[in-house]
Amino acid sequence: MKRSSLFPYLIWMILFIVVPMFLVLYYAFTIPTEAGSTWSLENFARFFEPVYLKVLGRSLRLALISTGICLLLGYPAAMVMAGNAFSRKNVLLLLFVVPMWMNFLLRTYAWLTLLERNGAINVLLTSLNLPRLQILYTNSAVVLGMVYNFLPFMVLPIYSVLSKIDKGVVEAAGDLGANPFRVFTKVVLPLSLPGVVSGVTMVFMPALTTFVISRLLGGGQFTLIGNLIEQQFLVVDNWGFGSAISVVMIVLILLSMAIMSFFEGEEKDVALW
Amino acid sequence: MSDILVELKAVSKFYDETAALDGIDLYIRKNEFVTLLGPSGCGKTTTLRLIGGFEQPTAGTILFEGKDIGTVPPYKRRVNTVFQRYALFSHLNVFENIAFGLRIKRTPEKLIKEKISKMLQQVNLEGYEQRDVNSLSGGQQQRVAIARALVNEPEILLLDEPLAALDLKLRREMQHELKSMQKQLGITFIFVTHDQEEALSMSDTVVVMKDGKIQQIGTPVDIYNEPKNAFVADFIGESNIVDGIMHRDYLVEFAGSSFECVDFGFGPDEEVDVVIRPEDLVLIPAEDARLTGIVRSVNFLGVHYEMIVEADDETAWLVHSTLMAPVGSRIGLGLEPVDIHIMKKVREP
Repeated sequence: MKRSSLFPYLIWMILFIVVPMFLVLYYAFTIPTEAGSTWSLENFARFFEPVYLKVLGRSLRLALISTGICLLLGYPAAMVMAGNAFSRKNVLLLLFVVPMWMNFLLRTYAWLTLLERNGAINVLLTSLNLPRLQILYTNSAVVLGMVYNFLPFMVLPIYSVLSKIDKGVVEAAGDLGANPFRVFTKVVLPLSLPGVVSGVTMVFMPALTTFVISRLLGGGQFTLIGNLIEQQFLVVDNWGFGSAISVVMIVLILLSMAIMSFFEGEEKDVALW
Repeated sequence: MSDILVELKAVSKFYDETAALDGIDLYIRKNEFVTLLGPSGCGKTTTLRLIGGFEQPTAGTILFEGKDIGTVPPYKRRVNTVFQRYALFSHLNVFENIAFGLRIKRTPEKLIKEKISKMLQQVNLEGYEQRDVNSLSGGQQQRVAIARALVNEPEILLLDEPLAALDLKLRREMQHELKSMQKQLGITFIFVTHDQEEALSMSDTVVVMKDGKIQQIGTPVDIYNEPKNAFVADFIGESNIVDGIMHRDYLVEFAGSSFECVDFGFGPDEEVDVVIRPEDLVLIPAEDARLTGIVRSVNFLGVHYEMIVEADDETAWLVHSTLMAPVGSRIGLGLEPVDIHIMKKVREP
């Protein structure tokens, strides 16, 4: 490609990625004064107050739990789809993808009405003479929302790696004396690790930074790091502190990506991103 | 039970409604080098996969040392396979690939090291232990695949077109190596190929297959010299196959003339297939020959010329000869009675 044809993309990236990033950095490292603003680390110091560290801890915990559940649910699903025995794999694949065609916000609102005190699930439960389920506005509801929304991001990369594994390799392991369990642990699982790594990353990152799910299903009682950032910008109007938290998040995400790519090893080409 | 290792009795394999194997009977002796030979879709790979345990027969029984193993899964069979596309474990290095089977059997680490270094010597890959299998050439990967299977000391080694992906020179080398390995180790080899030359040069016994049925079982020499039917004759080497009439024992008519031959036991005036190898036709002066024609094309193939001669009754004859007759010239084709092979016509159902 000619260098000049890259120009529009360069401008796009500078305008919408590089400049905002520098703005975030600028706000994070400055505090407003009467004369304008001055360099300071005050915003970061504030983040390390216990109340905010607690928010960070909660965010990490919920994101980890959601990622773990997505992995436990998603890996078997991906295996079933990648297996030859399952003839309706396209239907299943579609079932995972179709919800993604709908607006994220709408999908989460739908859970709100399902989980409500007089929502569909509780109506069904009472009609069966079972106790009402009261999980709306709890951590469980937030985790449920995350798992529901992010599961496809776990299933698809794992599926894509699993379905590319040569069937001959699986047969070879059996041929060499491995029973089906050991074929899985010694061959299929190690070969599918790049998919797991990219699935985990693609679930963990949005789960860590979401603020919509925690606000709708957590009812705002359970502030996550994403909510905190949103509040600082839109409610408190403290752009400096909001930017500082954002910078901390960016560093955290870069760190987790570095750790992940260490596990991913050399087979980057198989992963989705 | 003598020295028969594997026996297939009336084995059939159907995929949906189509038969991949149609009632084959076959036995394989200990220490034999058996080749399953045939065009693609003839059922040779299916036969191999049944013996390996990757497929179950739809009908019939497979006996291993006299015991039915039809439903025994692959990991419980004393059989190892070299796969067509090697199927090496790309997440493991050469050493760990070969060690895979031994580790499953919980072999002591010291013994594993010993066996692998011996095995690597055998396949000429000393010093490759720590190499990444993806960095190896096709031929080297092939050797790792063979070592990975043989290190388990199987009763039978199954080889599914293992040389198909190699270039000609390397293929020749590997043919020799495989053959000498088999002799040295005394392991039964069952080798699948569609390359007739490969089959003839390596095997003790060749099994020619077509459409899920066995056409002929025999030594390479038997199969080449005494093909049972026109298909085998055509598939093994090149052949001229023409229609003929067997007037009586030892006398056959084809291409407008009668010829003496060595075959007998056909009905009077029975229609037959006459098979003549191109190298058995000799160029002679036209006036001395009963079979004459005009040279239509000449191809130089290195050791010999390949010529197509159109006979007077318009049948075309493929001739291999170190001599050459120019295109358009009229020549005679001489042949000895022993070189005329008479075959019953196969009635297609």
